[in-house]
Amino acid sequence: MAKLVKETEHPLFKKSSKLRTERFGKGLTFAAVLLTALLTAAIFFLVISKGLSTFFVNGGSVKEFFTGSTWNPGQKHEGGSPIIGALPFLTGSLAVTGLSALICTPLAIGAALFMSEISPKAGRKVMQPVIELLVGIPSVVYGFIGLSVVVPLLRDHVTGSGFGIAAGTIVLSVMILPTVTSLALDAIQAVPRSLREASLALGSTRWQMIYKVILKTAKPGLLMAVIFGMARAFGEALAVQMVIGNASVIPHSLFEPASTLTSILTMGMGYTVLGTAENNALWTLALILLLMSLAFTIAVRWIGRGKPQ
Amino acid sequence: MRQAAAEHILTPAIRTEDFRFYYGSHEALKGITLSVEQNEITALIGPSGCGKSTFLRSLNRMNDLIPDTRTAGEIWIGGKDITKPAEDTVALRKQVGMVFQHASPFPFSIYDNVAYGPRIHGKVRKAELDELVESCLQSAALWDEVKDTLNKPAGSLSGGQQQRLMIARALATKPDILLMDEPTSALDPISGAKIERLIQSLKTQFTIVLVTHNMQQAARISDRTAFFLNGEVKETGRTEMIFNSPVYEETKDYISGKFG
Ligand SMILES: Nc1ncnc2c1ncn2[C@@H]1O[C@H](COP(=O)(O)OP(=O)(O)O)[C@@H](O)[C@H]1O
Ligand SMILES: [Mg+2]
Repeated sequence: MAKLVKETEHPLFKKSSKLRTERFGKGLTFAAVLLTALLTAAIFFLVISKGLSTFFVNGGSVKEFFTGSTWNPGQKHEGGSPIIGALPFLTGSLAVTGLSALICTPLAIGAALFMSEISPKAGRKVMQPVIELLVGIPSVVYGFIGLSVVVPLLRDHVTGSGFGIAAGTIVLSVMILPTVTSLALDAIQAVPRSLREASLALGSTRWQMIYKVILKTAKPGLLMAVIFGMARAFGEALAVQMVIGNASVIPHSLFEPASTLTSILTMGMGYTVLGTAENNALWTLALILLLMSLAFTIAVRWIGRGKPQ
Repeated sequence: MRQAAAEHILTPAIRTEDFRFYYGSHEALKGITLSVEQNEITALIGPSGCGKSTFLRSLNRMNDLIPDTRTAGEIWIGGKDITKPAEDTVALRKQVGMVFQHASPFPFSIYDNVAYGPRIHGKVRKAELDELVESCLQSAALWDEVKDTLNKPAGSLSGGQQQRLMIARALATKPDILLMDEPTSALDPISGAKIERLIQSLKTQFTIVLVTHNMQQAARISDRTAFFLNGEVKETGRTEMIFNSPVYEETKDYISGKFG
């Protein structure tokens, strides 16, 4: 009597080792994704809950946070709410970010155009490696150079102590320049060769081609590059803290000591105890940084949608 | 006056003398001597790699963009040897327009694509531009299809419409000569036939040099044909002569489809 082979024992029903490897791979990737998602959620939860407790637990005023100019969360107003005027840091952060983007953008686009259109050979051989090198330099080194060169230079040749928004802006501009340049270069190089040829074949000069076709076509990519740079400038702590002077007052000049969200955060976190109003106030600054970086990311995505493929 | 007019008709639009072109050390054109007559369609045929595009792109100095190349010999257009390094390529390209194999509309509106050439050459008055854009789109047999959507992106047009837009764009700089490098090879037969009729209609106003892989197309619409082989002009003459009684065996084999 023929023995019936049990279905699962038949070779056709045997699970192949390939299938097993694939399952294992899928499981592993899934676990990695899950872990990343959980971590992100945990960070968001922590920062948001801590950041909001300044207002909901310690009774701080949201209006004061955005408009007040005195920051002393260890002390209390007569009503019992902490003194949390963050306007000086908000303006400081926005000022260094905006100004460094303003300085960096023309330089970065100019450098990228040089590398792609004017002298691709020198661009590839000299500038590309230099830029890659500059991207890799840790920010503390930029800060140190700023402290040893930029600050004394401003003190001796301009005005004041040398510390302030101007010094911060200069250091940040130099720091984000390589990143913005290399992103701008990507955007410019993504403009198809056929469009360049079409322009030249119509009798345009090279400059007209650059100005009217390349920059126009690459605009979304260039905007993304600048926003990326701004995001980096806004979030930079160390280098700025070393040269900005860290005075929590609203600056009336670019050459007076000022402060940013990040510099106050890094300076303060070692001196506060978890759970206190003072500590919670720092979390609120962290929350603003988180939301801003979220906004930058969304802006980049949103512009990226309109980018020609 | 009479004599001047007669001379005008007799002068070829383009005349090359022993023209040679080198990519590095590779001689891609080995001494081309050829005349292109005014208000005629001259077809350049030959197997791929024989140098047709290189020759065409030499006529408006587009090969300048390729590094490490050089030329020898002469190309006479409008009384000047345009191979001279000092020659003004901007003026030359304005006078000698080009249509490429693949339509390459700028990511602008239909209107701005056509107006691009005139604008870079200093024409900015709106009324003047409007008129020019309309007449070029009319000439390119595209006006009726786009007259209500001039502000739409050029990329939204179909392939055949885009290629006619490229012709309109080239016409807008008011060239004397139009160079076309396989302008229908990327299109479906119906769109291709439309472009073919359009090219025929343009020869009353322009001198046209047309590179084509399509033997029927060359036979149908060209007045003269030059058969290129390995960087040389193997045979040239009136199209019906080339197609009906070619002198060389290679020409006969090529047009009968024995190689390509
Ligand atoms: N950019 C280039 N660099 C080097 N060689 C080239 C380049 N373009 C074309 N060639 C060479 O020149 C010869 C002629 O090419 P091409 O003019 O494109 O021929 P066709 O248009 O008749 O197919 C070919 O051998 C080709 O490999
Ligand atoms: Mg070709």
